[in-house]
Amino acid sequence: MSNPTDDRLCCDIIEIKGLNKWYGEFHALKNIDLTVKEGEIIVVCGPSGSGKSTLIRCINFLEKFQEGSIVVDGTELTDDVKKIRQVRSEVSMVFQHFNLFPHLSIIDNLTLAPIWVHNETKQQAKEKALTLLDRVGIKDQAEKYPNQLSGGQQQRVAIARALCTSPKIMLFDEPTSALDPEMISEVLDVMIELAKEGITMLCVTHEMGFAKKVADRVIFMDEGQVIEQNTPDKFFDNPESERLQLFLDQILTN
Amino acid sequence: MAVYPLKETKKAPQSQTKAIQWLKENLLSSTSNVLLTLVALYLIYLILPPILNWTIFDANFDLTADNDSCGREGACWAFIYDNFKMFIYGFYPEEELWRIDAMFGLIVVMIMFGSWIKKSQYRMHYIIGAFLVYPVAAFFLLHGGLGLEVVGTDKWGGLTLTIVVAAVGIVASFPLGILFALGRQSKMRIVRFISIVFIEFVRGVPLITILFMASVILPLFFSVGMDFDKLLRALIGITLFQTAYIAEVIRGGLQAIPKGQYEAADASGLNFVQKTTLIILPQALKISIPNIVGSFIALFKDTTLILIIGLYDMLAIVGAATSNSSWLGRNSEGYVFVAFVMWVILYSMSRYSKKLEVRFSTEHKN
Repeated sequence: MSNPTDDRLCCDIIEIKGLNKWYGEFHALKNIDLTVKEGEIIVVCGPSGSGKSTLIRCINFLEKFQEGSIVVDGTELTDDVKKIRQVRSEVSMVFQHFNLFPHLSIIDNLTLAPIWVHNETKQQAKEKALTLLDRVGIKDQAEKYPNQLSGGQQQRVAIARALCTSPKIMLFDEPTSALDPEMISEVLDVMIELAKEGITMLCVTHEMGFAKKVADRVIFMDEGQVIEQNTPDKFFDNPESERLQLFLDQILTN
Repeated sequence: MAVYPLKETKKAPQSQTKAIQWLKENLLSSTSNVLLTLVALYLIYLILPPILNWTIFDANFDLTADNDSCGREGACWAFIYDNFKMFIYGFYPEEELWRIDAMFGLIVVMIMFGSWIKKSQYRMHYIIGAFLVYPVAAFFLLHGGLGLEVVGTDKWGGLTLTIVVAAVGIVASFPLGILFALGRQSKMRIVRFISIVFIEFVRGVPLITILFMASVILPLFFSVGMDFDKLLRALIGITLFQTAYIAEVIRGGLQAIPKGQYEAADASGLNFVQKTTLIILPQALKISIPNIVGSFIALFKDTTLILIIGLYDMLAIVGAATSNSSWLGRNSEGYVFVAFVMWVILYSMSRYSKKLEVRFSTEHKN
């Protein structure tokens, strides 16, 4: 679609420098440097345990890190609760297992953060939520509860919930990995629509079709490091590192 | 290769009437089941007729009878009738009994009003208001003050006292239990330490000990001349006891909440209080309903222990009535009555808990 030098992508919105994270003795992220420009669509892939989920979960501080710095839209992430909440109010996340709130109806799932975190009125929040539900194609399910929907529908609700706070950045943590095969495309379609609208996206996913279609940059991680990053066409057609070639062979052959 | 057309959906076969099918499936499904059914029938045959004979067929329902004219073959229900007021109201002065009726009447009216405005947007305000106002109103009605004659707690007794103790224990221990459950999971070490010490200490001690401690040790903390009400001491003891159990029950519910719920709440930017009250607690409490109610039922039964510090709950007062010289030897009637009243109350609680579970269930609502 486009490359990182595209003039649409002007300013850095996420700056990660020298990021190191350990789980106990296990070195999960090794000296990661990554800069994301506003509006950029980034796909992160790699074998399981490579640290890709951990990396994007550091960006909204769901994971603490021990060394390095992350600056999100001018706010540096530290232990300071105010700064964490500031970042989280601009960054939304979509999880592998949806993580909808099962005790709340769909509409209440969507309006919760706008009302309590962004101080919107119930009326405002509800109108916006219905618009978003319409966009992901499930407006008629607004009064139902999460467990009454299919996996694909639940994930679309989760995307709508994430969008409800008008975030600048969307993080996707393997959004299609827990879905039945026939439901993957309905979720990807929504994500592709979203990508076209210029919101900054970081997606951990194995959906290489999605990456080819919309990504500005694809990042390959292994053993807690960024091994290779490139534009999608170069990434898939001319992988430089041996490990990426091996990885691509493995996922593309089946 | 072949292609198969879709088949039509058929109704499940129903060859027999429901009753026969039920019998077959539940009572006669196998040889051992048939045997068990027969044994159970035999036991029922042994137990049921004598019970019915004593309580109904041989019983004396003449409510004006006295102990001698009542007969000894069956129950003498005149005993209950004669002492009924004492069983229910304890030693409360006769001319002030309307206050107890008013207290119970008020809660019934308030609950009915609450269900009448079920759909109103002010329902939550009403419920919170009711929880704040009713205890105060109930206190003044029962205890007196504000123009009503003061009736000391030494006059309280019977079913009234049982319900007061249980209700205070339940209402006070619930929020405290939530706090201690959260405290035990807190990241702040001091809070966690205090919670664990409190919970484990109280759970490691029988209620009787706590009641004794509350009635003997608690007054030592206060100045000598201060009159520290005996009932209040019992209430504090029971509340502390119940708090520890409720805290553990709710902790179980908290642990059942998937990590993803915490993460989704965090990622949305909710702060700790919002996350806890809007996301985590509603789900944890819902899971805990059966255990919470089970714990409340246990508490209700445990209230009978307040006898040992000299308070006369329903069981104690019935015991006292059976040693009254004009009704000697009527223990069975008294205890059957207590058992029946307790059962009605506790079974209602248990049914109500089932109803709550269904109402809060979002699993299969369509």
